[in-house]
Amino acid sequence: MAVSLEIVSPEKLLLSRPVDMVVIPAAEGDMGVLEGHTPMIVTLRGGTIDLYEGDRITERLFVDGGFAEVTPERCTVLANKAIPLAEVNKADAERRLAEAEAAYEAADKRDTAIEDAALDVVQSARAMVEAAG
Amino acid sequence: MPSLKALRTRINSVKSTQKITSAMKMVAASKLRRAQQQAEAARPYAERMERMLRALAASVAGSPTAPPLLVGTGSDKVHLVIAVTADRGLAGAFNSQIGRAARGLVRRLEAEGKTVKILAVGRKGRDYLRRELSSRIVGEISYAGKRRLEFSDAQEIGVQVAAMLAAGEIDVATLVYNRFQSVISQVVTEQQIIPAPPPPEGESADLGGAIYEFEPDEETILSKLLPQALAIQMYRALLESAAGEHGARMTAMDNATRNAGDMIKRLSQNYNRARQANITKELIEIISGAEAV
Repeated sequence: MAVSLEIVSPEKLLLSRPVDMVVIPAAEGDMGVLEGHTPMIVTLRGGTIDLYEGDRITERLFVDGGFAEVTPERCTVLANKAIPLAEVNKADAERRLAEAEAAYEAADKRDTAIEDAALDVVQSARAMVEAAG
Repeated sequence: MPSLKALRTRINSVKSTQKITSAMKMVAASKLRRAQQQAEAARPYAERMERMLRALAASVAGSPTAPPLLVGTGSDKVHLVIAVTADRGLAGAFNSQIGRAARGLVRRLEAEGKTVKILAVGRKGRDYLRRELSSRIVGEISYAGKRRLEFSDAQEIGVQVAAMLAAGEIDVATLVYNRFQSVISQVVTEQQIIPAPPPPEGESADLGGAIYEFEPDEETILSKLLPQALAIQMYRALLESAAGEHGARMTAMDNATRNAGDMIKRLSQNYNRARQANITKELIEIISGAEAV
């Protein structure tokens, strides 16, 4: 009665253990993953991943976007960065948001792909500030 | 016959060289261990990324709007060669074998009438390629002075390459790097990264027949996943190359230390022989002087 959750960053395997439920910040809204979920591949926006044991949250992590693969038995999250929520630093988060907004201002608005990418970074930074606050 | 003093200085200088090479060998050994660990730690992400990519690629196969990172631009006129070398020398043939391979590849492509551009990663490779092929170099990257390779370094290269592709400056990209096989052997590897090589036959079955749902649609995910996959390939190549570099330096320095040992032995023998000869000569002089009296 558990999904095996894996959170991986390019630099290392961050977390790998079974949980009862995990809520991931998918691009089109948060998604709760229980055992037996339909196989899915989704993109993630910046936000928090909540790990549930029973109906209690045991661990919360901030991710800055990435991808997730869900199958009936497991949930694999590929993130560039994942930090325990307790370690998210508000000052860092605010600096990141300022940088992201500056980058967005400077971005070429005629190219929607570039604009969207810059907007994603801003959104992820904003989520990080919220997570810290 | 060199003088005793000259021999003595010579022996001392070889001894200090030996100290340096053996210290470098030990440093390389510890860096090698670290580089190997880092390469090991990067594996899970790459494997899972590949699994997702395969599922996605299978579902957009044949679609006319498939992104160029996956299927290429439809032409193969302009090739980009990414040569990955070290920033430092004293690692045996490590850097020059990449230089040679890259040069061979460039010549071969040009003989086929293609245009070639070079992206030189690492200072040594840049210096080597600049001698003959400087007009083809479009960019160079060096990590000299960096203590540890990070994923963001690889990502920068990925972004740069993807931008070149998007701007229509290149059609095909090939990575040339040293793959770490063992401490004594690094294998020069040419790996095509754009368009993405097709997955090996028969391996797509391990998805267990699962049909994935995609959210948002396949192409949006692919457009985000592909640059990341490119960066991952770069990251792996950089890590392999780093491990290879330390391995190569370890072997080179081990040889150098051994050679210095042999040289010291030979020089000391000469020194002792010369000393003995001097003593004998002095004795003869004293004895014959005494006899003359």
